Amino acid sequence: MKNIVILGSGTAGTIMANKLRKSLPAKTWNITLVDRERNHYYQPGFLFIPFGSYSESDVVKPKAGFLPSGVNVIYTDIDKIEPQQNHVLLAKNKSLGYDFLIIATGAQLKPDETPGLKDKLYYKNIFDFYTLAGSLALFELFKTWKGGKLVMAITELPFKCPVAPIEFVCLAEAFFEKKGMREKIDITFVTPLSGAFTKPVCSDVLTEVLEKKGIKIVTDFYIERIDNDTKTLISYDGKEVPFDVLVIVPVNKGDDMIERSGLGDDLNFVPVNKHTLQHEVYYNIFAVGDAAAIPTSKAGSVAHFAADVLFENIMSAINGKPLEAKFDGHSNCYIETGYGKATLVDFNYDTEPLPGTYPLAGIGPFKLLSITRINHWGKLMFRWIYWYILLKARPLPVSNHMSMAGKKQVVN
Amino acid sequence: MAEKLLSGVTVKVNAEGYFEDLNQWTKEMAVEMAKEFNIELTEKHFEVIDYLRQKQKTGEQLSIRKVGNSGITDIKGLYTLFPGGPLKISSKLAGIPKPVSCV
Repeated sequence: MKNIVILGSGTAGTIMANKLRKSLPAKTWNITLVDRERNHYYQPGFLFIPFGSYSESDVVKPKAGFLPSGVNVIYTDIDKIEPQQNHVLLAKNKSLGYDFLIIATGAQLKPDETPGLKDKLYYKNIFDFYTLAGSLALFELFKTWKGGKLVMAITELPFKCPVAPIEFVCLAEAFFEKKGMREKIDITFVTPLSGAFTKPVCSDVLTEVLEKKGIKIVTDFYIERIDNDTKTLISYDGKEVPFDVLVIVPVNKGDDMIERSGLGDDLNFVPVNKHTLQHEVYYNIFAVGDAAAIPTSKAGSVAHFAADVLFENIMSAINGKPLEAKFDGHSNCYIETGYGKATLVDFNYDTEPLPGTYPLAGIGPFKLLSITRINHWGKLMFRWIYWYILLKARPLPVSNHMSMAGKKQVVN
Repeated sequence: MAEKLLSGVTVKVNAEGYFEDLNQWTKEMAVEMAKEFNIELTEKHFEVIDYLRQKQKTGEQLSIRKVGNSGITDIKGLYTLFPGGPLKISSKLAGIPKPVSCV
């Protein structure tokens, strides 16, 4: 009997379990999934909770409903991986041996990394929308908030869903406009980047979107600490941004278990080959989803596209063949811009987001880097696709590789 | 692709002035480029520059945090050495591509 162990059953881990169980005979292959949480969170949905468009029941479901039968699921903490022994140590000294190991333990928020973040203003004036608790606390605040300085700030790169903070300020602008109190809210977007987004064409488009909505942008601002007494963000080079309500993306790191295992980079993400997703030293270890240190977005779409490639490569490895499937860094994100509209970006390691149509060239129905109503419907529809098609690894009519068909070149 | 004359040598740079080929770089070129940013390069600056070049050659992703953890200087020190945009400016002076500071 051979063993595949998957650590983490978020988007990537769940898809991998479903794909592998369908293809590997239960007589010869055990598949074991380890996770500390019994619930699956639809993380892209957290963004909508502060504005009352989603509630808790839209974004939380028991994991058991998405996992195939014939997979052993262990709900426990992971102590560490001992790669030389080919085993994982779980809580209570339990050991789990593997022939192949898939690390899919995601990215976690580390508010403690920023002095003054988790202090007396935490969840009173300082919030995040990357946790259910943070989103719900913001929802409560926004019900009665009388207005003031609303600051959306990013502490460190990379972080999960890099477009979410832009969506947050767009949705907040529309939310307060609808409430008839837009003029009482001063919205500022603070980023360590030199523009609204990393990629030039997309950054220009999004910067213009924010400016048109009267949202101020402060760039090249690398947060050193937060002064709770004066309610001020302070950068390493001494710049200051005052706030009444601060919505912040805390530092994102891989699981602490990765550090204990000695398998991480300085943010506990696991360096793997960016095309094959295989560890450079331990050939039977792979990382996928947010846990992997590869130069693309930490996002559900990336986890999904990368899982397709990883599945092919694991099957090759099992059969003793070279790993021929190559991940291209494909990422695809709907960006909510408020008022029932959204834009869409599609890019990979080598190609930045460009205008055009998706997924069908010239037809769409979605428009890349344009703000349309149908893009917004795409985003809303996606929640259903996520729960009922994507996690179960049922086929979707999109390619895991980015395609240039339908895209227009832009000359800078 | 653009070209730039540095220390009497024509080097290939991209539209933003970052080197296309890190092997064309010399210390003298770094000193000359630093003047554009009103920076006079010291030993400490060169320690950072050497670190960046070394990491670039091994293909590691660079970030301000990583340089801050390098033991050469901390993040605040890095801002003092290269005011304005520590990683962007130090990478330009080191003759390596602009860090992607990933998505």
